[in-house]
Amino acid sequence: MDIFLAAIEVLARWDVLLALLVGSIGGVAIGAIPGVGPAVAIAILLPATFSMDPIVGLTVLLGIYGSSMYGGSIPAILINTPGTAVNALTTYDGFPMTLRSEGRRALSLAYSASFFGGIFSVICLIALSPVLAKVAPMFGAREIFLAALLGVILVITAHKGQMLIAAALTGFGIFLSTVGLEPVKYTRRFTFDQSWLASGINLIVVVLGLFALSQAFLLLTMDDEKIRTPRARGSLLQGFRELARHPRVASIAASFGVVMGMVPGVGEFTAQFLSYTSARRLSKTPEAFGHGSSEGLIASEAANNAVPAAAMIPLLALGIPGEALTAMMLSVFYVHNVVPGPGLFQTQMDFVVALYLALLILNVLVVVFLLVSTGWLVKLTQIPNRFLGMCVLMLSFVGVYSIRNSAVDCCIAAVFGLFGYALKRLNMPIVPIILGMVLGNIMEVKLRAAMNRVKVPWDFIDRPIAFLLFCVIVMILASTLWRTIRDWRTPDRRSPARKASARFIRRIAGRQTRHFDDRLKIQRRRRTYDHMGS
Amino acid sequence: MSLETDLRARTRGAGQILFVAAFLGLSVILLSQIAAQTAWIEKARSFAAQPRFWPAVALGTMVVSLALHLWQMTRRRPRREDWQEARRWLEPVEYAGWFMAYVFLVPWIGFLPMSLALACGLSWRLGYRSVRWMALAAAFALGTVLLFKGMLGVKIPGAVLYEALPDGWRGFALQYL
Repeated sequence: MDIFLAAIEVLARWDVLLALLVGSIGGVAIGAIPGVGPAVAIAILLPATFSMDPIVGLTVLLGIYGSSMYGGSIPAILINTPGTAVNALTTYDGFPMTLRSEGRRALSLAYSASFFGGIFSVICLIALSPVLAKVAPMFGAREIFLAALLGVILVITAHKGQMLIAAALTGFGIFLSTVGLEPVKYTRRFTFDQSWLASGINLIVVVLGLFALSQAFLLLTMDDEKIRTPRARGSLLQGFRELARHPRVASIAASFGVVMGMVPGVGEFTAQFLSYTSARRLSKTPEAFGHGSSEGLIASEAANNAVPAAAMIPLLALGIPGEALTAMMLSVFYVHNVVPGPGLFQTQMDFVVALYLALLILNVLVVVFLLVSTGWLVKLTQIPNRFLGMCVLMLSFVGVYSIRNSAVDCCIAAVFGLFGYALKRLNMPIVPIILGMVLGNIMEVKLRAAMNRVKVPWDFIDRPIAFLLFCVIVMILASTLWRTIRDWRTPDRRSPARKASARFIRRIAGRQTRHFDDRLKIQRRRRTYDHMGS
Repeated sequence: MSLETDLRARTRGAGQILFVAAFLGLSVILLSQIAAQTAWIEKARSFAAQPRFWPAVALGTMVVSLALHLWQMTRRRPRREDWQEARRWLEPVEYAGWFMAYVFLVPWIGFLPMSLALACGLSWRLGYRSVRWMALAAAFALGTVLLFKGMLGVKIPGAVLYEALPDGWRGFALQYL
């Protein structure tokens, strides 16, 4: 109770409350604009938050992170374009409802499910805090190294169908984190005798280049689309009543969100996918999924909104970010000399609980804001792409230049912007680079510290948590290898014309076989007849 | 098509071979420089304390995974559509030029004048030439400057041009614009 009161004291400041309001409203608005997304907004705002108190800066960023998915459901439902990447599944059931003139019902369901997911995960976190406070100190250097390694492996294996590219990009991120002076012997690594590379490559500059500038370039080179928002009828409150009729779907979805949010490198997509498929399996009307099912909408929205709060667990308890947005938030901690990790739960529990409470209040603020401003937010979807690109380009300058007023940083950001643009055009993932940079740095420091106490290899995993993490890593690697071998097919390198001709020959051959089969049957029948007749 | 395959991201085919080959080439060049660009310490306490260890892990991962990706690609010879896609990657170079010009001119001309110039100039270039869009672009530039420099106090230095302003205005411009 004392911690709870102390946390309320941390929050009871005008600047924190203002940050909550700005973060939540700003996050909803950013989510509602397709093509911006929370990663771009957080990357741009990151340097501005460095001059704020840690709780104020983190509240703004958390506000954007937690509320953007609410806003992202608006274009997903009304115009079949997800506002943020994690609202992709919302389009499956939301848009068909809009086509049936049930847009407001769909929006209301999305808001209520998101609210349930958000509140559920914060309550879970508050309930889990005492356990985390006990478990977190058991994590020493080798456990944190293994947890970071697990994060890296999960980031790679989560990109099914693109695992090799994800591995290469993670390796690139780790490589970027090693450039500059190494911290023990102060030798130079890959600086090519350039003084501007001696201090290394700044994470924020890379983040701004890969997320903000590349998005600006993408928007600037796009065509503008004419967007027609359909008319929607009904009350925005009806979804709350409807949600009460599906408590099982909502609870299971939110639980998936909490569990998947806690696992580094997994995130919203897996949570949504698992909750959606389980909801479909448990539903009495599975055929309605994908055609405007209220259960499907609840499953996807409750799951993705339960993730942000849960994603704070590995960040706060171990100092390990699970995805790009929490990786960006980690830099806010470092700037203010607040070291997230086991010590935070022992020495600054009030700060941790204050963050959870901020998330709780945020969800209430967002729902109230959405109930009164949905009509206005819909208009944001109509901002032309290229004009939006100009806005993002200008804001990216503020983000990069305000770090240390360096034109070199801006050049590096522009180069990463062009690199990110090519990655986005190719539909390759960007997140592995950022996580590689952050986790690579953590792994280097922790492995070096851990190896000082290790005499034989077995010593590395002689503690229970280290052994458990090691077993999980081995299991994931073994299952991934097994799946890869099972699904392996030799690549078909023939030209499209050759493939088409081979397909045609197969089809003809099939006909011939059937033709001969038929002939054989006829002959056999005749023979039988003959035999009978003889 | 199942939900899983529907949601799974697929790498675009056009341009992939050029990107992978270039990225692999860069990785191999960097790996070949590892001896010259990193130090090897004879009396290091463990392999993890070697400054060369993590760059080797990172570059090794890059080379192996990109080589495997290249090996299992169905098409390993660039076609016309690959070069067309590569040309599209150069399209944003123009906007990167606008961005860098903005970066170099802000310390001379000032954050507010340059923001107004960039917003209106780029909007004009993009085809938003009506008074309405120009006004919106100018309002956005003004709002950005007032929010970030005026209210949040982000570190963007005052311009050389502001030194020419009268005394009363100079301090205000250097602080807030």
